Amino acid sequence: MNTLVWKAGGWLVLAALAFMAMALAADGGFAVHMGIIMAACLIGLWVTVSKADYGAIARGIINTPVDQGVYDDDPIRWSVIATLFWGMAGFAAGLYIALQLAFPALNLGSEYTTFGRLRPLHTSAVIFAFGGNALIATSFYVVQRTCRARLAFPGLARFVFWGYQLFIVLAATGYLLGITAGKEYAEPEWYVDIWLTIVWVSYAAVFIGTIAKRSEPHIYVANWFFLAFILTVAMLHLVNGLAMPVSLLGAKSYSAFSGVQDALTQWWYGHNAVGFFLTAGFLGMMYYFVPKQAERPVYSYRLSIIHFWSLIFLYIWAGPHHLHYTALPDWAQTLGMVFSIVLWMPSWGGMINGLMTLNGAWEKIRTDPIIRMMVIALAFYGMSTFEGPMMSIKAVNSLSHYTDWTIGHVHSGALGWNGMITFACLYYLVPRLWGRQRLYSLRMVNWHFWLATFGIVLYAAAMWVAGIMQGLMWREYGADGYLVNSFTEVVTAMFPMYLIRALGGLMYLAGAIIMVYNVWMTIAGKQRDEKSMTETPHNVDADKPIVAQPAE
Amino acid sequence: MSSFTQKHKKVERNVTLLAVLSLVAVVIGGIVEIAPLFWIDNTVEEVEGVRPYTPLELAGRNIYVREGCYTCHSQMIRPFRDEVERYGHYSLAAESMYDHPFQWGSKRTGPDLARVGGRYSDEWQVQHLIDPRSVVPESIMPPYAFLAERDLDAGDMSAHLTALSRVGVPYSDEAIAKANEDLATQADATASSTDLLARYPKAQVRDYDGNPDRLTEMDALVAYLQMLGTLVDFEAGEAQEQPR
Repeated sequence: MNTLVWKAGGWLVLAALAFMAMALAADGGFAVHMGIIMAACLIGLWVTVSKADYGAIARGIINTPVDQGVYDDDPIRWSVIATLFWGMAGFAAGLYIALQLAFPALNLGSEYTTFGRLRPLHTSAVIFAFGGNALIATSFYVVQRTCRARLAFPGLARFVFWGYQLFIVLAATGYLLGITAGKEYAEPEWYVDIWLTIVWVSYAAVFIGTIAKRSEPHIYVANWFFLAFILTVAMLHLVNGLAMPVSLLGAKSYSAFSGVQDALTQWWYGHNAVGFFLTAGFLGMMYYFVPKQAERPVYSYRLSIIHFWSLIFLYIWAGPHHLHYTALPDWAQTLGMVFSIVLWMPSWGGMINGLMTLNGAWEKIRTDPIIRMMVIALAFYGMSTFEGPMMSIKAVNSLSHYTDWTIGHVHSGALGWNGMITFACLYYLVPRLWGRQRLYSLRMVNWHFWLATFGIVLYAAAMWVAGIMQGLMWREYGADGYLVNSFTEVVTAMFPMYLIRALGGLMYLAGAIIMVYNVWMTIAGKQRDEKSMTETPHNVDADKPIVAQPAE
Repeated sequence: MSSFTQKHKKVERNVTLLAVLSLVAVVIGGIVEIAPLFWIDNTVEEVEGVRPYTPLELAGRNIYVREGCYTCHSQMIRPFRDEVERYGHYSLAAESMYDHPFQWGSKRTGPDLARVGGRYSDEWQVQHLIDPRSVVPESIMPPYAFLAERDLDAGDMSAHLTALSRVGVPYSDEAIAKANEDLATQADATASSTDLLARYPKAQVRDYDGNPDRLTEMDALVAYLQMLGTLVDFEAGEAQEQPR
């Protein structure tokens, strides 16, 4: 009983503190955020009190023993659902702002629905909410299986999940209210940043703690990538987030750095949000789920080692290619360009390691739509990691910078690589996590695959044309020696491309809606009556941690 | 198995070693690239005319950040013939030395704004912000009519200036003490602006939004836009010969 009282009291005290901060807030946005935190504390209180097992407490049982013979999959199931939820929100927001660029009337005249406020909502929703939950789900799944051990600190693992969702809600509502630090992909304000730091340290503790209690002598390669991702993101977030709040009871803060230094710190962060959040972490997914689905070992162990160390060492240098020809000193720009080009090699090394894992199982591309998704993800990874180094060459960048080409590049990576590999992993995970024999429908996976693929092709092609056209029109000179195009003429020329891009986004969203339905029905335990494709079998008996057995 | 993979086995059996070595690998690049920018003197060469923002300009800049203008507008003119002809002299590092955070941007859905100050009249700016397509039919910019209808609630500007001075912006004690006063003075054409101009040379003092009775968010944002790129006098620069 005592613990229950302490827990409930703790929630109440936190809620009261949030209420006080709300009452004393220096600005409206901060008050709303404190209100959200108070609501979260009250929900925590309600759950603590209503879910408590009073019968067990009365009998003096403090903790119901958990079954050590199964993996701790609850937080993983929650993260899978959160991935789907935030994915839908992020894709829908993306489609909406894409349409705003074609039809500005969609800004609706309200401050809460302008492109400027919705764009950070879209980027954060897809990168940090969709991608972040996918990373939490897969890293917790993979680390348990490859270590043959249950999650360390189960309570903390649950805190990681719920704390991360609170971070997402605070960040997203903040953007709509106009609370932003004004640095791309690092928009949350100082107090949200502090909260994320606490959650992230807990995440690292659970992940590293699980590795520390492993039953397998070796740490599997997927975990190297997850580990590097967690540690590096912590470093980037801490340095780039440094800021001076105006008031401890207000939302506004000023970045600790200014001008040139702020720009390079930001793009060191921004590029490595791509390099570690969207690349290293997702490569961790690739190194576990591709071999599992293909039922083949990773192509080359030696290549994995080279891939890992060269990738994490080189990526961190590439940030300055976002600042070519700006007021950043030339030496830093050139250094960034050189390392960006060198980075092409480890990137393709990783792609080759993933694709060649299918050696001897190539026929699965024909028969298994999940493998097909993994292969297209790796293909898009290869394509965008070639395009990136090319765009980082200063001569190319002088044309591509500030244009929609950059947007196209980001999306062929995000939709093609991150999206597709995440979908494939979710399709692998859902039947296993909910103990279903198979997915509701494999043919729907196939539909999802083709809708998403054609969507990306339309998106990327439209943005290439738009970007290169923009770049060329801006710099076009006539025979008379004057600039040919006014800025508005270039804006007008973009219209058909923006429309095609929105169509591509709509197709991608449609594929994701099919996925949500498919997952929903799978969890409900239904199986669609359809002509079978093939599927990778699931061995339930082998999917368990090793538990120490007393000697007979 | 080669000796290389044998040696690596040591790393992959020890999570502490793996974590420490990974951290070392990712720290090097940042230290070599970023740290020198803080102590190499010519990273930001001093330029005459650059000064910290006035309280009103700062309040306007905060609205610019709040509305996410940087998602579509850059403030960084690159040293190319077409950009210089279209937008003005290429941007100098010193011109953003007091920008916390920097707003160089990464996308030009709309034009660069680094030197938009003085290009258009206040009336044009206000009209354009209220309804962009009434002055530029091809524009795809969202309307910001609500700025003109809302009183400027910038908070305690002294606290803002204090926070900025803590991260290195050279506001004097006097400037911090008079911050709230300066905010009102700059938008009031009838007030005495001698002190303000002494603290902030080239500050433009007038009512910006066409409504002298009220100090609105529109006043602040237009005041910010109208000073962008106006601090450095490029006409006055003399040609410099490099002694060989």
